[in-house]
Amino acid sequence: MKGHVFRYLTFIILTQTIVFGQSKNMAYIQGSRYIPLYGRDSTVVEVKDFEMDVFPVTNAQFIEFVKQYPKWQKSKTLKLFTDKSYLYNWKNDSELKDSEKLNSPVTYVSWFAAKDYCECQGKRLPTVDEWEYVAMADESSRDARLKPDYNKQILAWYETPKTNENLIGKNPKNIWGVYDLHGLVWEWTLDFNSVLITGESRKDVDKDSNLFCGSAAVNATDLMNYAAFMRYAIRGSLKAKYSMKNLGFRCVKDINK
Amino acid sequence: MKTLKSIVFLILLILTFCSCNSKKSNQETVLYQCPMHCEGDKTYTKPETCPVCKMDLQPMELSTLKIENTNGISEESIFNLTSEWNTEEGKQIQLRDLKGKTLVMVMIYTSCKAACPRLVADMRNIETKIPDNKIDQLNFVLISIDPKTDTPERLKSFAIENYMDDPHWTFLQGTETGVREFANVLAVKYKQISPIDFSHSNIISVFNSQGELMHQQEGLGVDNTETVTSILKQLK
Repeated sequence: MKGHVFRYLTFIILTQTIVFGQSKNMAYIQGSRYIPLYGRDSTVVEVKDFEMDVFPVTNAQFIEFVKQYPKWQKSKTLKLFTDKSYLYNWKNDSELKDSEKLNSPVTYVSWFAAKDYCECQGKRLPTVDEWEYVAMADESSRDARLKPDYNKQILAWYETPKTNENLIGKNPKNIWGVYDLHGLVWEWTLDFNSVLITGESRKDVDKDSNLFCGSAAVNATDLMNYAAFMRYAIRGSLKAKYSMKNLGFRCVKDINK
Repeated sequence: MKTLKSIVFLILLILTFCSCNSKKSNQETVLYQCPMHCEGDKTYTKPETCPVCKMDLQPMELSTLKIENTNGISEESIFNLTSEWNTEEGKQIQLRDLKGKTLVMVMIYTSCKAACPRLVADMRNIETKIPDNKIDQLNFVLISIDPKTDTPERLKSFAIENYMDDPHWTFLQGTETGVREFANVLAVKYKQISPIDFSHSNIISVFNSQGELMHQQEGLGVDNTETVTSILKQLK
């Protein structure tokens, strides 16, 4: 009888590591409703429960990825999916330049590459709403957007050059246990092309087309949130094949109930 | 017994595929041709002499073979996308199935009241400027950004309503990620702003028969001369 129980227990422990093993280095995010800077109708959006990578994807992880999926190697990617600066800081198909560090976030990646990376891990890129939801937390609260320190700190980072060369996990983690949403690199989002506030969208978007300046500002819900303004502006200016020095990504996973 | 049969069949199938592959790779490495092309494009697998002019056969250049292997699709071609789409006729296709015709593409959704009717009108205006005898070299493709609502049936009735049911009009319903990916290839931006409404960029894109982007027209009701010229340049 005792042996039976023991065997049963080891079985449970073993299967548990398998079941939860995939979610290693991911934080559980409890969904909720909130008002982002630019939401649907500029009102409340709903975010479901999901898991988010604790750290941005590193150079080391991306090296492993291109080894497994050679179509994303620097010399083999298609021009449809990447631009000239794709993996610019790599020496060749499998090595970084000597000045780069393995534990820095991977940058110079296109949206297509980032999306495929996440899908190959059984994950996906976060939506803008999900990303902003987790990013509005600080160390002690889930919504720190009204704290003056929160905005000041982020803006101070936006002024600091070359943070993409830093290592992951050096900034304090937020209340969800997620590091580096601010202070390291910008990050790709799944639906970054849903941001319609660029200069060019002034003429080719049907909504308030000739009122762009006014409409963009009126749509925004929190005029003090300059940091968020900048993030949305960056997203609006991106194209999916672009690679940037300070643009990386991380993945999320839906929770299957 | 049945399972055994199917397993044996599967193994045979795999074996035949393997042998096909090995043959192909042999061909790729050792193909010879007469330098004078006495017998046209006839190729040999051994470096013999040409039976007509008795010259030594020359190995064929690898680069010509490489292009054949990739079906002539260039790196920038949208035919590299592997997403699946349903047409308004209920057929399942990939974008590469559209190869061979000049493509004029636009992203719309059928419940749209503001910009889409004008975009559709823009597409029809382009259509009227193409000579009738050349229209069969063209394919006007309308891709839905609302794949949940725009089923093949709905697209079909939209096509009939708008007199766009001729063979040179194609409507596509994709998956949510497939649409998002394709929008990114076209640099089209869109966002669902309420359960039935989207705001989106108004861009009409022209692709050549190899799926390479040739021209993009941005905006509503704009002068389409440039777009039409870029299309006519592609036609024979």
